[in-house]
Amino acid sequence: MKTAAAAGYDVQRVRTDFPALHQQVHGHPLVYLDNAATAQKPRAVLDAMARFYERDCANIHRGVHALSQRATESYEAARRALAALLHAADPREIVFVRGATEAVNLVAQSYARPRLRPGDEVLITWMEHHSNIVPWQMLCEQTGATLRVAPIDDAGALIVPEFQRLLSTRTRIAAFAHVSNALGTINPVRALVDQAHAAGAKVLVDGAQAAPHLRPDVAALGCDFYCVSGHKMYGPTGSGVLWARAELLEAMPPYQGGGDMIRSVRFEKTTYNDLPFKFEAGTPNIAGGIGLGAAAEYLLRLGHEAITAHEQSLLARATAALQQVPGLRLIGTAPHKAAVISFTLDGVHPHDAGTILDQEGIAVRTGHHCAQPVMERFGVPATVRASFGLYNTPEEVDALVAGLHKVLEVFA
Amino acid sequence: MTGLNELYQDVILHHYKSPRNYGELPGHNRAADGHNPLCGDRIHLTARVEDGRIADLRFQGSGCAISTASASVMTEAVKGKTEDEIRALFQRFHDLVTGKPAGDGAELGKLEVFSGVSEFPVRVKCATLCWHTLQAALKNTHQTVSTE
Repeated sequence: MKTAAAAGYDVQRVRTDFPALHQQVHGHPLVYLDNAATAQKPRAVLDAMARFYERDCANIHRGVHALSQRATESYEAARRALAALLHAADPREIVFVRGATEAVNLVAQSYARPRLRPGDEVLITWMEHHSNIVPWQMLCEQTGATLRVAPIDDAGALIVPEFQRLLSTRTRIAAFAHVSNALGTINPVRALVDQAHAAGAKVLVDGAQAAPHLRPDVAALGCDFYCVSGHKMYGPTGSGVLWARAELLEAMPPYQGGGDMIRSVRFEKTTYNDLPFKFEAGTPNIAGGIGLGAAAEYLLRLGHEAITAHEQSLLARATAALQQVPGLRLIGTAPHKAAVISFTLDGVHPHDAGTILDQEGIAVRTGHHCAQPVMERFGVPATVRASFGLYNTPEEVDALVAGLHKVLEVFA
Repeated sequence: MTGLNELYQDVILHHYKSPRNYGELPGHNRAADGHNPLCGDRIHLTARVEDGRIADLRFQGSGCAISTASASVMTEAVKGKTEDEIRALFQRFHDLVTGKPAGDGAELGKLEVFSGVSEFPVRVKCATLCWHTLQAALKNTHQTVSTE
C-alpha cells in the first residue's frame, strides 16, 4: 500500500533529525516503539528550546527589554504555528496548557462545571484514557450530573448507534478520543460531532494520540474543544494546547487566577485579560511552548499526509507479521486504526515480554495504558503495546517480530 | 542474554507454568490481597496459622512469570515457619533481589533462583509482591497491599 506521499517520504533522512534514536540499548540499536507514551524530539525542537534558554531567556509579555521582546515573539510565533497545525480560525483560540490532561480538566471545570445541573449528562466512550474519564467523574460528583459511557465492539471500534442512542437533550457534553491510546482505533469524529450537536451537546475531542498521526484539523472535525499533548507530537513534556472556539472561551470564567491572566487588579474588582491570556495564569512553560511550536512547524514541514501514509504502511506490515506469531492475540482490530498495536501472547505476561524485548533494544509499553476499562472489556489485565511514529522503519517492524520469537523461545 | 538467562531460570519458568500451592486454602485463618498496579498483578493469599507457625498456605491470582514463580516458591519456603522467621527470610530475600550483599541469617535455599532479579530493578516489585502480601495476611489487616 504505497501511496505517492509515502513513496516520496525518506524515513532515513527523517531519522537523522532525532538524536535520541541513534543509540545502543543492551548492545542493540534502539528500536523505539513506545511513541504513544512519548515521542522522541527532533533537533529543531531541542534547538528552539536551547535558543530560548541560551539567548532569549526572559519573562514574556509586558517586558520592555530586548530579551523579553524576543521571548514574547517566539512564544506567540509558537501559538501561531499551533493555530496553523490545528487549522484554527485565530491564534487566540490556542490556549497553552501543561498537556492534554490539563486541557480536559480546564474544560470540565471552567466550561462545564458552572453550566451542569443534576439530571444533565456527560457522554464518553469505553475506549477513553483515564484522563478523559476521571475529570468528568469529578465534574459529575461536583454538579450531580450523570456520566454515560458508549460501548465498543469486539474489534475495539465505537458502536456508533449506541453512542447516538445515549445522546439526548440531557447530554451537555460529549467527550471522546480522536484516536484510542490502547487500541489505536480512529473514531469517526465528524459524524459523532454532528450527532452530538444535533442533540444540543458540546463536543470535546481528546486529540492526544491523534496529532502525531493525523492532521488535527479542528475546522474539518467541527468539534468545540480539541486537546493536544505536546510531548506525544514530538514536542517537549509539560506542553500542550487546548483549542476551543473563541466564543466558548469568551463565555468561560478563568481556570486559574494569577498574573498574566488579568487586565487590571483592584481589591474591589479585577478585570480579566483577553483571550487566550485569560486562561494562562502565571509565568507559563515558555521554553515548552516554544519547543511545541517548533514541533508543530516540523510536522507541517513533513506533512501529515506523508506521515500518515508512512505509518499506515508500517501498521499494515506489523499487523500482518504479528498475526503469524504463534499465540499472539491482537487487542484492537478496528477497520480504521492509527499505527498503535496492542496484543497479548499466550502463556507470557506482557511484563515479561517487555523485559525480554528491552534486552533486544526494543522499547514497548506493557500494562493497562491508563485505560483500565478497555482492559476489562477485553478480559486482559494488561497488553504489550507497540506504537509507531514518523521515524520508524519496516526493519524495526521486523526487529519487533524477531524479538517476539525470542520471547517465545524463553517461555518455550 | 546472560542477564535474561539469570532472570528466567528454568526453576522460575517451571514454577510459573505449574505453580505450587495454588488456590484458596479451606479453613484458613489468615488472608490478604496484593496488587501491583504497574503490571496489573494480583495475588490472593490464604494461610492457616497454628501455634504461631504457618501450617499451610495457598495463593491465587494473575501475574507475570516473576511474581507467580516468586509466590509459588515462597509458599514452599515459609511452611512451618514463625512470623519472626518469615520476616528474617524476607529481609534476606529482599537483599538478594535488590543486589545487596548477603549478611548472616536465614538460609535462602531455593529462593536463591531469584538472584537474577537484581539486574532488573523494575522487576523487584514483581518478586516481592507475594512477600508483602504474606506479611499483611499474618497481620490480618484485610487491606489490599499495593506495591506503589
